[in-house]
Amino acid sequence: MSDLATTARVVRALGARSIRQTFRRPQLISPIVVFPTLLLAIQTGGAGAGIELPGFPPVQSFLQFMLAGSMMQSMMLAGNSGGIAFAVDIEMGFTDRLFAAPIPRFAIVLGRLAGTAALGLFASIWFLAIGLIFGAEIEGGVPGALLAMALITASALAVGGIGAAIALQTGSASVVQGLFPLVLVVLFLSSAFFPQALMVEPARTIAEYNPFSFIAEGVREPIIAGIDLTQTLEAVAAIAGIIALGLVLSARALKHRLRVG
Amino acid sequence: MPAIVVAGLERAFGEFRAVQGIDLAVDEGEIYGFLGPNGAGKTTTVRMLTTLLLPTGGRASVAGHDVVGEARQVRASIGVALQEAALDPLMTGRELIRLQATLQGLPPAEGRRRADSLLERVDLAAAADRRVGTYSGGMQRRLDLAAALVHEPRVLFLDEPTTGLDPVSRKTIWEEVRALNEDGTTVFLTTQYLEEADQLADNVGIIDSGRIVAEGTPEALKAEVGNPHIELVVGEGAVAEAERVLVEIGKLLPPKDGKRVLVEVEQGSAEIPRVVRALDEAGIEVESLELVRPTLDDVFVDKTGYHLEEEEAGEESGERSPA
Repeated sequence: MSDLATTARVVRALGARSIRQTFRRPQLISPIVVFPTLLLAIQTGGAGAGIELPGFPPVQSFLQFMLAGSMMQSMMLAGNSGGIAFAVDIEMGFTDRLFAAPIPRFAIVLGRLAGTAALGLFASIWFLAIGLIFGAEIEGGVPGALLAMALITASALAVGGIGAAIALQTGSASVVQGLFPLVLVVLFLSSAFFPQALMVEPARTIAEYNPFSFIAEGVREPIIAGIDLTQTLEAVAAIAGIIALGLVLSARALKHRLRVG
Repeated sequence: MPAIVVAGLERAFGEFRAVQGIDLAVDEGEIYGFLGPNGAGKTTTVRMLTTLLLPTGGRASVAGHDVVGEARQVRASIGVALQEAALDPLMTGRELIRLQATLQGLPPAEGRRRADSLLERVDLAAAADRRVGTYSGGMQRRLDLAAALVHEPRVLFLDEPTTGLDPVSRKTIWEEVRALNEDGTTVFLTTQYLEEADQLADNVGIIDSGRIVAEGTPEALKAEVGNPHIELVVGEGAVAEAERVLVEIGKLLPPKDGKRVLVEVEQGSAEIPRVVRALDEAGIEVESLELVRPTLDDVFVDKTGYHLEEEEAGEESGERSPA
C-alpha cells in the first residue's frame, strides 16, 4: 500500500474516531447541537419582528435569516470542541500512541480536522433540516443548500485548525475550553446573527472586517436569495485564509509539542 | 547486532538535566531492565528512544535506525506501551486495536485478523466490545500491550508496565513479556520494581538522577556487592559459641539481634551442609537457617546510597489504584 493511501486511511480512521468521541461525550456534542438549536428557537420566537426593521435584508422569515447564524455558531463550537477533544487526547497521553506510529505526524492533525469538518457538515444538515421542517425556504434550491453545507464544512475545518493549534501548543483542555466565550464574541461581532447594516459602531466596523462575516454572508445568501458568486468567493477567501493560518499555527505547535514532549 | 545503542544521550528541560549522557547497548532478543526510582530519567529516556522527545545531546539508534534522523523507520520497528496506559476510555478494546493496526499501515483485513488474535491472546476477547473506561487497571495494561504488538515489532518498549497493578495482574504481564521474548522480541522495560527487573531482565541498567550507575546481568550486579550469607537463629545463649565456630567457615557479618548469627559464604548453598555439620558437632541447636543472597536493592544501595524499595513503597502507598 502506498504512503499516500496509508496516510489517507489513517486520516479517515482518526476522523471516524473523532466523530465517535464527540457523540460519546455529551459535553462535546451538546455545544454543537443543543446550544445553537435552543438559541435559534429563542431568537426566532422572540425577535422575529426584527425583519420589519428598515435596512433588514428581504427575507421570507426570521428563521430563514437565522439559519446561517446557527450553522456558523454550531460550526465554530464544533471547531472549539475538536480542540478540546484534541487537548484531552494530549492530556491523557493518547496522542503519544499516535506520535509513536510510523505515519506523517501531520496526518494526526488532519485526522482530527477531518472529524471536525464532518461535524460541520452534520451541523449544516441539522439546521437546514430544522429550517425546512419549520417552513423556511432555501431560495438557492438544492445547489444553494449544497453550497451552504460545503462552506460550513470547510469553515469547521478552518476553525478546527485554530483549535488544534491551541491544543497542541498548550496541551490543556481547560485553556481550549476557556476560548468558548471568545468564540461567541467573535461570532456576535460578525453579521452571523444580525445584519451588518443595522449594527452600531464600533461593532459595525469590526463586523465589516471580521472574516466570519464574509463566511456568514456566503452561507446566508444561497438561503435567503440565491447563489451569489461574489459573496461565495469572499467566503471562500475568508475560509482559505483561516485554513492557512490554522495550518501554519498547527505546524508550529506540532513542532513545539515534539520539542517539549 | 544490538537492537538499541545509546551513546552520551542527554535531555535537558531548561536548566534541569533529566538525562545526563547515558550509554547503553541492548542485544537483539534481550530483555533489558531499566531500573530506577521515580524521576530518575527512565521515562525521558524511553520517550527519546521511541522518538516522542528530541534529545538535546548524544545519539541513539533503535533497530539500526537513528532516533532523530530516521525517526519514522524507528517507529515502524517498535511497539510502545507507555506509563499510564494511553487509552481512550470512550473507545472499545476492539476499536483501539484496529485503530492501532491502521496506524501501523496494516491492510484492513489483516488488522481485523490480528486484532481478534491479540484480544484472544491477552484474554480480552469477551470484553473486546466494551468501552475501555469500564476495564480494570490490569485489563487496560493488557490491552495496551496488545496494541503495541499489533504489527509484530522487533523492539518493544514497556514503560513501567505493571506500576499500580495487583500481584496477579503483574504476574500475567510478566508471563506475556517472557512469551514475547521467547518469540524473539527485544524488550526494553523500565521499572521501579526490583523483583520485576530481577525476574525478567537479562541485563539491568540502574539509573539514578539521569545517570546510569550500574549495568550488567542481575547476577553479576549482585555478585559485585558481596557474597551470599547464611542467617542462623540459634538457641538462647549460644550466639557467641556459634560465632566462634562459624568464623572458621566465613566472615561474620554484624548481627541483627541477639539471637541471629550472619556468616558470609562464598559458595552459597553449597556451604550449608558444612555450616550445619560444624554447629552440630559443637552441640549448638539451630532453630532456623536461611541462605540470603544479595538483592538488586543491595546493588542499588551500594551505587546510590539509598534503598529503591523505600521509594517504591512510598510511591505505591500514594499512587496505587484498584485493578
